[in-house]
Amino acid sequence: YVTYISLFFFSWDETHFGKMGSYYINRTFFFDVHPPLGKMLIGLAGYLSGYNGTFPFQKPGDRYEHHNYIGMRGFCAFLGSCLVPFAYLIVLELSKSLSAALLAASILIFDTGCITLSQYILLDPILMFFLMGAVLSMVKYNSCADRPFSAPWWFWLSLTGVNLAGAIGVKFVGLFVVLLVGLNTVYDLWELLGDLSLSLVTLGKHLLARVFCLILLPLALYTAQFAVHFAVLNKSGPGDGFFSSAFQSRLIGNNLHNVSIPEHLAYGSVITMKNLRMAGGYLHSHWHLYPEGVGARQQQVTAYLHKDLNNLWVIKKHDSNTDHLDPSCSVEFVRHGDVIRLEHKETSRNLHSHQHEAPMTRKHFQVTGYGINGTGDANDFWRIEVVGRKAGKRIKVLRSQIRLTHLATGCILGSSGKTLPKWGWEQVEVTCTPYVKETPNALWNVEDHINPKLPNISLDVLKPSFPEILLESHMVMIRGNSGLKPKENEVTSKPWHWPINYQGLRFSGVNETDHRVYLLGNPVVWWLNLVTIGLYLLMATCTIVAIKRGVQLTVEFKELSEVLLHSGGKMMLGWLLHYLPFFMMGRVLYFHHYFPAMLFSSMLTGITWDTLLKFCAGCLSCSVGKRVYTYGTLALMLLIVYSFYLFHPLSYGMVGPMASDPNSPMAGLRWLESWEF
Amino acid sequence: VAVSHGSPVVVTAEINMNLVALTVMGLVNRFWALSYPRAVVFDEVYYGQFVSLYMKRIFFVDDSGPPFGHMLLAFGGRAPLNFNLGKYSMNVPIWSLRLLPALSGALCVPLAYQILVELHFSHCAAFGAALLILFENSLITQSRLMLLESVLIFFILLAILSYLKFYNLQKCSPFTAGWWFWLLLTGVACSCAVGVKYMGLFTYMLLLATAGVHFWHLIGDQTLSNVSVFCHLLARGLTLVVVPVAMYLSFFYVHLTLLYRSGPHDQIMTSAFQASLEGGLARITQGQPLEVAYGSQITLRNVLGKPVPCWLHSHKNTYPIRYENGRGSSHQQQVTCYPFKDVNNWWIVKDPGMQQLVVSNPPRPVRHGHIVQLVHGITTRYLNTHDVAAPLSPHSQEISCYIDYNISMPAQNLWRVEIVNRESDTDVWKTILSEVRFVHVNTSAVLKLSGASLPEWGYRQLEIIGEKLSKGYHQSMLWNVEEHRYGKSQEQKEREVELHSPTQADISKNLSFMARFTELQWKILTLKNEDTEHKYSSSPLDWITMDTNIAYWFHPISGAQIHLIGNILTWASANVATLVYVCLFLWYLLRRRRKICDIPEAGGLCVGGWAVNYFPFFMMEKTLFLYHYLPALTFQILLIPVVLQHLTDHLCRSQLPKNMFSALIVAWFSSIYLVYRTFSPLTYGEPILSAAELRALRWKDSWDILIRKH
Repeated sequence: YVTYISLFFFSWDETHFGKMGSYYINRTFFFDVHPPLGKMLIGLAGYLSGYNGTFPFQKPGDRYEHHNYIGMRGFCAFLGSCLVPFAYLIVLELSKSLSAALLAASILIFDTGCITLSQYILLDPILMFFLMGAVLSMVKYNSCADRPFSAPWWFWLSLTGVNLAGAIGVKFVGLFVVLLVGLNTVYDLWELLGDLSLSLVTLGKHLLARVFCLILLPLALYTAQFAVHFAVLNKSGPGDGFFSSAFQSRLIGNNLHNVSIPEHLAYGSVITMKNLRMAGGYLHSHWHLYPEGVGARQQQVTAYLHKDLNNLWVIKKHDSNTDHLDPSCSVEFVRHGDVIRLEHKETSRNLHSHQHEAPMTRKHFQVTGYGINGTGDANDFWRIEVVGRKAGKRIKVLRSQIRLTHLATGCILGSSGKTLPKWGWEQVEVTCTPYVKETPNALWNVEDHINPKLPNISLDVLKPSFPEILLESHMVMIRGNSGLKPKENEVTSKPWHWPINYQGLRFSGVNETDHRVYLLGNPVVWWLNLVTIGLYLLMATCTIVAIKRGVQLTVEFKELSEVLLHSGGKMMLGWLLHYLPFFMMGRVLYFHHYFPAMLFSSMLTGITWDTLLKFCAGCLSCSVGKRVYTYGTLALMLLIVYSFYLFHPLSYGMVGPMASDPNSPMAGLRWLESWEF
Repeated sequence: VAVSHGSPVVVTAEINMNLVALTVMGLVNRFWALSYPRAVVFDEVYYGQFVSLYMKRIFFVDDSGPPFGHMLLAFGGRAPLNFNLGKYSMNVPIWSLRLLPALSGALCVPLAYQILVELHFSHCAAFGAALLILFENSLITQSRLMLLESVLIFFILLAILSYLKFYNLQKCSPFTAGWWFWLLLTGVACSCAVGVKYMGLFTYMLLLATAGVHFWHLIGDQTLSNVSVFCHLLARGLTLVVVPVAMYLSFFYVHLTLLYRSGPHDQIMTSAFQASLEGGLARITQGQPLEVAYGSQITLRNVLGKPVPCWLHSHKNTYPIRYENGRGSSHQQQVTCYPFKDVNNWWIVKDPGMQQLVVSNPPRPVRHGHIVQLVHGITTRYLNTHDVAAPLSPHSQEISCYIDYNISMPAQNLWRVEIVNRESDTDVWKTILSEVRFVHVNTSAVLKLSGASLPEWGYRQLEIIGEKLSKGYHQSMLWNVEEHRYGKSQEQKEREVELHSPTQADISKNLSFMARFTELQWKILTLKNEDTEHKYSSSPLDWITMDTNIAYWFHPISGAQIHLIGNILTWASANVATLVYVCLFLWYLLRRRRKICDIPEAGGLCVGGWAVNYFPFFMMEKTLFLYHYLPALTFQILLIPVVLQHLTDHLCRSQLPKNMFSALIVAWFSSIYLVYRTFSPLTYGEPILSAAELRALRWKDSWDILIRKH
């Protein structure tokens, strides 16, 4: 299996994952929507091969120059090349037929898409490695079913669990393979339950073994990944703002690490307020107004996840506009129950609310910035309260959970968690809720606190425990994932494009002189896969109806139908589970999301064609049948090899004119107008 | 054969007094003071408008569902009505408008009874189910107003009942008249349910799946011959698939035949569709020349029509030299897309090789692939594009009408006409029918509507750009000729007069029904309401526990009000029943696998009905209201007596516990009735409650009950 690593350029998503590998090596904290395992492995591979994490990974197409990237690419390529033997073993185990296994393996060897995808520093080869590993071990332990609780049985069962943990640890798409294994296990247990020769105690043992190996073990490993992740990344980095104040205090270099700020909130202080909900942002405002038709046309107030100068607010008394920082007046602390005014530092507008509908949550009131140079009206007054405190007490920075009640309407300042449309820069909505509820949405804490007149005191902020960190990082990831919405008017890849290989993905190189790589499946292979799915459904329906009608089958055909229904069914289920959910996803989708499903589809192709040929051979006389079987298999193989010969430049890189130009050597291969290589 | 004379004709009629009693109770309960309030309540505004449009035969599009429901409501209307928020005028036949929903609501009560009987439960349990439906406040509210949910629920229950009847007949007498009748009724009721609201589709799918499972058992029955199995399959395919589809089409056929006048929603449809309606565009296009020729005067409408339908437009004003963000422009004449008819929307098709702007005799038609210039009628400037960034979409080219400033920026005004929906390469460009792309010859940019609106300097009209990398055929790049005439005037002054005059000529275009159906269906499915949030909208999770209600109507002076609020006790019991049923079901399933059989299978349909009518809402992105839950709730309520009867039968073996259990049930029923009575002022809108009484009814903090401040 050839892997080809000699590109000097890096491309497309390598900007992401390569950079994250570097972060691990530099131990700086970052935020990504995927779980950490894949990036950790990339980082580890880079570290072991001597990459020092200094390459900036700024835009696709930069040259690597002297940086040592071979380790990271080689690691991904190695995992990618493991898919072929895995597929071979899985099909061999399922169908007990050498030619089916060879067919499935050769499809994966000669698919240009798989080759392209595993040549770069991406998460997909790692994900597919674990995924296929899980399926392989599942199939293996299924075939050990006649010797339960034997050593190989335990080995394969626990290996399934390990691989499952790996798969979800790389990307959340791994959940689909968990589902596949889960369904398979439920079916397995259901069969055991129906076997009356087994006692209930044995059944219990079976159940417990599976719970332990397939639920507890993966969970433990998954948690362990996060433990390593947090242990390694202990320096402040670009991902800080997504997390709560308590979380940030763990990170070396963050302004909250070993923090030293004035302890009690005083009038005239410049502060930032952080929402206490998971992945809540800082209270933020900017010069832009709410658009027409969205409440009053006043300045927007939002919650923003990044640290920014526009997050700064000045806390003032509601009835006077004196400058508290004037050295002549004395320091006055803010106390629980005081009525205050918050003035936005950059725009000098007051935090304001009134009985207009909020932009997204129509049942709440709109929050705006109002007034000029701090002079507003009575709707700018808020009562500041600390949860669980008595009136008159001072308010602590970071530790006090603050609630701001609007004086005129009695509503409470909160962040609804909904993302504003384009006019609000896709920041998070801030509303004033009339429903008085104790939710973190309506609670805030003061994070930064600047007051030159007060002494700085070193605060040891309560460090969060590991389960808290784990939960918080998951909430942030889920929010991040659902936030990846396609932009308006952006052309995105649709799930129905994928199996028909409608459109590829440009990996690197745009112009005619560039070295171009284009991610596109080998069309012959993909269309064969597509046809096979239809063929399989037809064959399975015929077989199942025939059996239900009580047609008597010979032993040979009975075995064939067994393979077709059970083994093929598993692969079909895998394909469905890895493909259909994408139709319901609202996030941005890419062509490469189809590849896990494509693996299953290829294995299904191997099994189906082999069964079909065997069936044909069985119907004919002995010698003719054998010949049909051999030649049929050979013809399929040759077809695949020849198509690979035609399309191999797609993955190994092309130079020269674009294929849309009739002079290009690839012009004849542009079978669909939507291909742009 | 001798016929014995003398014996009179005897008709023996069996009347189930239970059914009669339930029907009467349902009718009383739903029809009580039906024409009160004489005000437009909640969504009656929309339905009322649709009814009055039916009366006036004016075409409209409603994105909430297919037209059958509106048609049914329109039966109650008489004369053209004017609906606005507020009171009905005296001539509105309010009683007859609300009659149909109330009638279907009332009939749901005996239907519930029948369904449980067909599921082989005791008459007592069946009676209980019917009573629960009878005293469910939310169902009452919904069916007493001019809304469609109760009609939908009626058809859903009818479909379920007829399928059960059919299935029970299947065992003893297949292919008899009764068997055919109930099978056919299932299909008809399903298509009616889907025709009223798309939600009906869920129940239809459930029934199809059930029929599929039952048919699967039939396949396994080896006493049947292959032929008879095939006949069974054919019968089911015909009645459960072919008939519903045909009926669904016929709804649209009636809808489109009835509504033949142009109306408020014309703009959404394509020009060809509009031309098929009486009035509106048809009046203009009637008699236009069909083929666009060199010298034709045309208006070009964008096929996508989003965010608003608009026409290619230009005017005297130029692009500002510098935009707000500091980028420069060509300072040439603006080209925009303008959503109103205007004389500045007229363009003239010109042959680049000739100077004249009139149609020669005979006209030379423009064909696919021809190169043309487009001249703006009023300013006689040429449509042009060049390598300057567009005002709002910097990745695309600016489109302008060319002004020669004598700086090194030559005119690039040649466009290739590509007819997308052509049949051959020599096709002629046709008015209204052809969808055309304009490809710029020098830069191969495509004329496209970007969808953004320009700032003040562009009068907030829509931006037109030249898209450089055109992927596929997106509708925003397609244009069609809407108004068209052959230009006759050589001189600019005359031409201006000609452009201002209305067009006239002589052909009418008729679209086939299928073409109109597909377009309308597609528009209904893809039309999106901008407003995605409503004051009373809620999320599916709030529905189970009824954390939300909807204030339907409020009298500003007396304080009388109508709410969509359910019988909280019924809702809670239904939830408990579902939970108990699912647990029991799983437990029995496990036991059966170990060959211990004690499972009741009926009731699965109810849980299924609840699940298919509820869970899909979690994946929907549209605005959801509490009333979307009512069909699911109906199924859930039917489950309560199922569970109760099972518990009495299996847990209470001896007489004493049985009696105690019955007593408990009676107590529980009385409390359900009590809750119903307590909330009935909010259901019927009378009697009027005081503020204190209203406050006492606010059992949950999240309920919005309107209390006037004095």
